[in-house]
Amino acid sequence: MESFIQLLVSGLATGAIYALIAVGFSLLWQTSHTINFAQGEFVMLPAFFILAAMNAGAPFWLAALIGIALSVVVLGFLFKVVIVDPMLKYGVLPLVISTIALSLFLKEAAKDFYSSQAQPFPTLVPATDLEVFGAVVSTQSLAVLLVAIVTVVALHLLLHKTRLGRSMQATAQNPTLARILGIPVERMVLYTFLLNAVLVAIASILITPIYLAKFTNGEVLGMAAFLAAIIGGFNQVRGAILGGVILGVLDNLSAVYISSQYRGAFPLLILIAVILLRPHGLLGRAEERTV
Amino acid sequence: MNRFGVVALGAALILAIVATVAPFFLRRYGIYLISMWAVLTIAAIGLNLTLGYAGQVSLAQGAFVGIGAYTVALLTQSGWPYPAAFVCAGALCFAIGWVLGYPALRVAHHYLAFVTLAFTTLVFLVLRNEEWLTNGIYGINGIERPMFFGWSTGSALDFYFFCLGMLAVLSAATWWMLRSPWGRAFLALRENPIRALSLGLDTRRYTLMAFAIGSSLGGMAGALYAPLVQFIEPGSFGLGMSFNLLLMVIVGGSGYFFGPFVGALVAVLLPEWTRFTEGYYLLIYAALVMVMMAFSPSGLLGLVERVSKVMTRRAASPLALRAKGTEP
Repeated sequence: MESFIQLLVSGLATGAIYALIAVGFSLLWQTSHTINFAQGEFVMLPAFFILAAMNAGAPFWLAALIGIALSVVVLGFLFKVVIVDPMLKYGVLPLVISTIALSLFLKEAAKDFYSSQAQPFPTLVPATDLEVFGAVVSTQSLAVLLVAIVTVVALHLLLHKTRLGRSMQATAQNPTLARILGIPVERMVLYTFLLNAVLVAIASILITPIYLAKFTNGEVLGMAAFLAAIIGGFNQVRGAILGGVILGVLDNLSAVYISSQYRGAFPLLILIAVILLRPHGLLGRAEERTV
Repeated sequence: MNRFGVVALGAALILAIVATVAPFFLRRYGIYLISMWAVLTIAAIGLNLTLGYAGQVSLAQGAFVGIGAYTVALLTQSGWPYPAAFVCAGALCFAIGWVLGYPALRVAHHYLAFVTLAFTTLVFLVLRNEEWLTNGIYGINGIERPMFFGWSTGSALDFYFFCLGMLAVLSAATWWMLRSPWGRAFLALRENPIRALSLGLDTRRYTLMAFAIGSSLGGMAGALYAPLVQFIEPGSFGLGMSFNLLLMVIVGGSGYFFGPFVGALVAVLLPEWTRFTEGYYLLIYAALVMVMMAFSPSGLLGLVERVSKVMTRRAASPLALRAKGTEP
């Protein structure tokens, strides 16, 4: 039982990080029909921004802010303007190919220009263990969980309680109608890209102390984000959150209780089952199929 | 024969002559590279069938190459003759491809990319974890090259000609199939599935068929891949290979018959040509793909077609006027 609680907490922590990545992923899909195959690399990269800033002498908190800011400029603004905008007119598939190439590009760039070796990365809180109901829980897991929950709550408030957020939602649901109502649709789409960049940067700060900063990190994380988004429902923010949490908990529990060799396989089997039985995800709305 | 047919036949002839003569001017490593080109082209032709003609995005072609390679390696090492193992590899991938095609019937294009992505990862996990069958991460070593009626393909040159021969046979078969009613049905499926259905096409069957035939070509490419490299391990058939094959088809031009030939050539030669950049070649390749997608999503052959159209229009318009003027 103790080990179950431990696994559950660390699973929730990982799942919360997956959820952040998956939310960004589904936001991009909702507003611009961008399927970002480089989302995993988007999480890998900010850690290297932060390490570079720290090498230049900045303290961790400043480096983290610089990392988030750089991420907003490069992975938000430049990604939208340089890669996505010229491709949108060709439809979904060419952009998919382009982001596959981008993921390769970012991975190679991190390897060639920073290092091919795994780099240690500072943790948010000193790593000690707490005893909760007889189970040993690491403070790191709790800190990750806390930051992720705060981020998700902030995002929820932004999307549902502010004028800006409602405009973004309107843009996602029906761009034509949103434009008629006087919402600057292009700017709202840009904002979702910036929002995605902030989310991946936060996810990067949370996950890198566990994984170490390595150029191949994106492969696993990107996959987790797709899986979470699809399992939960591609077109719903809360679907992506649910998917991320399910994935994180399941990953940890199945590795211990079923088979550690096939831990990677269970989420995939769930994915295939979900796609066959409920193609629009657990919480998603069915999208009209375009001819 | 129409103008396009003449151009295609000419291109095929030139390709055949160059591919036959080239190895005599190459050293051992060069011959290995063009053998790899022939093998990857077969896999890419299969993917082009699924993606370019039937319009289904698949990220599983690398996994099928892996299944084919492992089938041949395991069967020949347990004493089966190579041709039988080759047929088995093709048939097995056909069957698995058929089953994998079912999700294609249920879900729209981009979801299928994810299903096939999951499939590729599953295949990788099985190859890595089932040590009793696949020898796990240690891979399979010392795969023999086949022998036919006393002709041993053991040397690099002989094996190249074997690969080239298979490429010729399989691409001819694909060409024939694409000109048959089946091929037209595939095209109809890509262009407008609903209209195809209303014209009485059994779209279910043709979608499964396109998937299965494409996968089976991947398996056959794997059957050649195993004896070519003579050492296979699970890591070679991960997502990387599926992405690479997809990029080959797109770079060459998906939906063009010669697209895979061009795409595979670029993928094999570019790392060699950009060797002077010392390890930056993947960076350059990725950047080139992104630039190409922005300017010509229909690939290199799409670019060639566009340029040649502009040229002929420019050249033809005064001629056409003159021709009209002289005739009574």
